[in-house]
Amino acid sequence: MQFRPIISAMRRNKVGAILIAVQMAITLAILCNALFIIQQRIALSKRPSGADEANVVVLDNQWVGNPPDQTARQQGDLAMLRSLPGVQDAFATNSVPLTDSGSSTGVSLHPDQKSATATAALYFGDEHAIAGLGLKLIAGRNFNSDEVVDKIGYNDIKPPAAVIITKGLADKLFPNANAVGQSIYDQFLKGQVPIVGVVDRLQVPWVSAVGFGGNFNDNSIIQPFRFVSPYPIRYVLHAQPGQAAALIQAAPKKLFDISRARIIGKTRAMTTLRTEIYKDDKGLVVILGVVCAALLAVTAFGIVGLTSYWVAQRRRQIGIRRALGATRNAIIQYFQTENLLIAGAGAAIGVALAVSVNLWMVSAFAMERLNTGYTLIGAAVVMLLGQAAVLWPALKAASIPPALATRAA
Amino acid sequence: MFSYYFRLGLRSLRRNMVLTGLMIAAIAVGIGACMTALTVFRAMSGDPIPQKSSQLYAPQIDNWGPDKHNGGSPDRLEPQLSYTDVLGLMRAHAARRQTGMYATLQTLRPADPTQKPTKIFVRATSTDFFPMFDVPFKYGRAWPASDDENRAGVIVLSREMNEKLFSGANSVGKTVRLGDQSYTVSGVLNEWRPLPRFYDLAIRPFGDGDTLFMPFSTAIDRHLGNVGSTQCNGDVDPGWEGRLRSDCIWLQFWAELPTAAEAQNYRAFLNNYAAEQQRLGRFHWPPHTKLRDVNEWLRYRHIVPSEVRILILVSFGFLLVCLMNAMGLMLAKIMGRAGDIGVRRALGASRAAIFAQCLIETGVVGLAGGILGLGLTALGLWAARSLLAKQFVALAHLDLTDTAIAVLLAVGATVLAGIYPTWRAAHVQPAWQLKSQ
Repeated sequence: MQFRPIISAMRRNKVGAILIAVQMAITLAILCNALFIIQQRIALSKRPSGADEANVVVLDNQWVGNPPDQTARQQGDLAMLRSLPGVQDAFATNSVPLTDSGSSTGVSLHPDQKSATATAALYFGDEHAIAGLGLKLIAGRNFNSDEVVDKIGYNDIKPPAAVIITKGLADKLFPNANAVGQSIYDQFLKGQVPIVGVVDRLQVPWVSAVGFGGNFNDNSIIQPFRFVSPYPIRYVLHAQPGQAAALIQAAPKKLFDISRARIIGKTRAMTTLRTEIYKDDKGLVVILGVVCAALLAVTAFGIVGLTSYWVAQRRRQIGIRRALGATRNAIIQYFQTENLLIAGAGAAIGVALAVSVNLWMVSAFAMERLNTGYTLIGAAVVMLLGQAAVLWPALKAASIPPALATRAA
Repeated sequence: MFSYYFRLGLRSLRRNMVLTGLMIAAIAVGIGACMTALTVFRAMSGDPIPQKSSQLYAPQIDNWGPDKHNGGSPDRLEPQLSYTDVLGLMRAHAARRQTGMYATLQTLRPADPTQKPTKIFVRATSTDFFPMFDVPFKYGRAWPASDDENRAGVIVLSREMNEKLFSGANSVGKTVRLGDQSYTVSGVLNEWRPLPRFYDLAIRPFGDGDTLFMPFSTAIDRHLGNVGSTQCNGDVDPGWEGRLRSDCIWLQFWAELPTAAEAQNYRAFLNNYAAEQQRLGRFHWPPHTKLRDVNEWLRYRHIVPSEVRILILVSFGFLLVCLMNAMGLMLAKIMGRAGDIGVRRALGASRAAIFAQCLIETGVVGLAGGILGLGLTALGLWAARSLLAKQFVALAHLDLTDTAIAVLLAVGATVLAGIYPTWRAAHVQPAWQLKSQ
């Protein structure tokens, strides 16, 4: 294939070629950044919470009028919930993963440390917490019942008797040692507290990648508190497999049977919490996907349109080439090579554009750096798109009869 | 002449339906994508209180010290204040009006005992809140300043809450039970819902408006805990009193400063206040304070989520591609008619006439693309509403301004893209064209 005649023909059609190349460059820049964002959002929404989500049901309970016997009432509720058919275990807590609301604290190793070693989310729960969420204890033991005490609201400030922490936090605090048997210092509660157990995973309540909680997603602490408060408390129920839907119906009714002086918020499985909390991420994925598809379609139609015009413009010349002995394939190849040259130039500009758009987004939205793989995939997609789009006009060109050359214009 | 060119334009567009269709579709899709993102952006970044946004200010005071702001705040300032500082600012009365505030979650007991109680957000604030934010009253009025001092059990209801509790009747003087306490209604608001809820962005800023208001002092006196964000650093003693004495930050504060001079004075006052705290031994660092008005505050708090910004960026890139596409197609179309243009020029049409004719033809394409694009925008907004969380886009609707922007953008951008092809058309050499035919 000879490039020279193609290039000299293109020079007579500079604007059209430049238009296509720039279009392809912008398409490429948008495409690989969008694909990158799509992949990141999907990865974000797939992070495991550590809980047995499909079988864990969460409901909010708030007592009306701050009754003085809330601790006893709560224990009564939990005893009833644990006795319901289809319930493995139940406990009360301040927060669960996938809710974007909870508490956090600074964790140090020693009281005299100037700044905390790590930030961690706080979950309160009794000895039923691990079974209640379906967490996996990988070292140490569960809380003993004598370690569990009442905590009346957030202003009831006292250090816990023991804590269970996540593997993520254990690895951060004690990279070279077994965390069980070590102790941590809670900067807020002012106490040196022994670590009695480590769970495999318990995600913090916050799900944002760059917002609060983004940089300590694996760091959680379970403190042995029975949390009681005049504000909403979360009851967590671990259902037998397949029983969650029935429990979502039954649990609020049974609780109202015990007392009507309460408000029960939405009762939902954790899988529903996941769908709702990541709704915007999924929405963005769908929107970007549709925009990418539309972008590719528009670019492809643009190439079809402009190449068809070029073919129509050169009908006579193509006829002459055919009459002089060029095969149909040679004509097709001509247009394909022409498109490849334009697309190659477009892809080169596009890769540079994609990287600079990404760099700008890194600084503006704290996004991650674009993986080189995406630019290469994007470049390949755009060049293939060009080849596919040019095929139809090229075939039309190849079907121009050589006899055209002999006819007068 | 215009109407003649307009008809010629229409006729020429009909001559090559496929090419025309492609051009219009490209512009419509680009405009649709752009306008969808732009409408959401405009709705989210609008000024919630345009008549006063430059007179209302949120102060920030560093009460933790330079090395205690873990990661989150590179400017070493936090978005909320401690009770100590709010009380200090309220007592100083350095602004024309000021109020500290927070939200609490209470249970509302209906008068009818067969009805289930409901939970309800209550805003604890002072009486200055209402005149400061131009809150309109339907019945009664804000509680008097003496109620703030006496920690009286009074409340103001929103119009919706009054509708729900008293079927919209004048409820001034009636009693509402929240939790285990009773409150007397002092006033009922008219429709009032600033979007976003700029004065407290911690809880769903684009969600439902506040429905119940009570004196800040009363809420503190009755130990009503806050919802939203609480961040503690340093020593905190147990109990409610411990919370109030602590350097936990959980309160919002706003000041009304009608003139630039007053704002400048307030900045000086804030610095003096922090310096005073340093002298008293509470702060062990030099004063670090900041004062921002409503719009500066919304920008500082990144009220428009990065998703919307990404969509804006992507959709304008998309529009650019669509326009270049249309430009290429127009070039093809106009050059395909070089022969006709040559004949017209030979028969005496001036370059300007050819230029005008082609530009009008381009404008017609832009107009058609814009109108179709508006339809696609409505479709896009509908899709965005169903795909994204409610509070994101519930407020995004096509208004007259959006419609005007869409049509102008479509026609303007198309004509801009059409200038080069049109210029080429105007420079067709009549002699050369006639000869080649």
